[in-house]
Amino acid sequence: MSITDQKTPIFDTVSVGDELPELVKYPDTRQLVMYAGASQDFVAIHYDLNVAREAGHSNVLIHGALKSAWLSELVTSWMGYGGRLLELSISYRSIDFPGSPVTCFGKVTNTRLEDDCGLVEIEIGLRNKEGLITTPGRALVSLPTQQTDD
Amino acid sequence: MKKSNLTCDTVITDELRSFIGLESNPVTYDIERHAIERFACAIGDPNPLYTDYEFAKVRGRGNLIAPPTFYRSLLPGRYPKPYPEPFAHILDGGSDYKFNESVKVGDQITVVRKVTKLYEKHGRMGTMLFKISEIRYTNQEGILAATQTTTTITYGTGKKDNGLVDH
Repeated sequence: MSITDQKTPIFDTVSVGDELPELVKYPDTRQLVMYAGASQDFVAIHYDLNVAREAGHSNVLIHGALKSAWLSELVTSWMGYGGRLLELSISYRSIDFPGSPVTCFGKVTNTRLEDDCGLVEIEIGLRNKEGLITTPGRALVSLPTQQTDD
Repeated sequence: MKKSNLTCDTVITDELRSFIGLESNPVTYDIERHAIERFACAIGDPNPLYTDYEFAKVRGRGNLIAPPTFYRSLLPGRYPKPYPEPFAHILDGGSDYKFNESVKVGDQITVVRKVTKLYEKHGRMGTMLFKISEIRYTNQEGILAATQTTTTITYGTGKKDNGLVDH
């Protein structure tokens, strides 16, 4: 399915426990430099190995905010063009390094109607290739309900 | 956590504490399409709402929109006085975003940051300073488009990371 086909799930069809399609990313140092430039984040531990080592790391590290961007993509590509991302909370519990794939995953933990808005809470996270969840988080989205959908 | 006698001295001086609640100088950004394109490309998100004007228009957005965390690229300005950062190294602890509006091409977004909380922890890396900041993004209509609450962790001595000052 290409992204342009993506259909927004109708709130009434979403259940607690539903899993979002996983999103795998293959970060390399080139992407970190691109992200540094695009986001204006010039903290040197993300591109200068000497500075990273001086700060106690074995390699340059992936920007936490880049991991947040991937987790937002996980959610926005699931909710399609008719959904709205209302909240995104991400905690950078462990560091990730470029050179190995990371997987973004999500699971619906709560659904509720509020002022005719279908609100869906999703537990999200990013795990490294060893299976460790380095970056847990939470998202809140609003989806169209059967009534509002035409 | 057990504190050793050696680490009883706090790094949170009165001077540092005086930054709690102090707002940064507002900065206003004109949002242009290439900044959004570059950001979408850098994060590797192929969503056409970010790059395909006709597509975004058909989807009722009126113009290209930015990925949610694009707000992150709109750096706050400096504080009215120099922030006395005691440490050399920086780690990002996390972010909580609340989104009211998507950023669109043509928007003017004004960014103001303030420190809401400072605390320290003593661990393996020595003393670490935790700074919670709230960043508010207001659009040209005066609508609060988003807020980002971030946790910035600093620690260690030595040569200061040159990106420290923006966080």
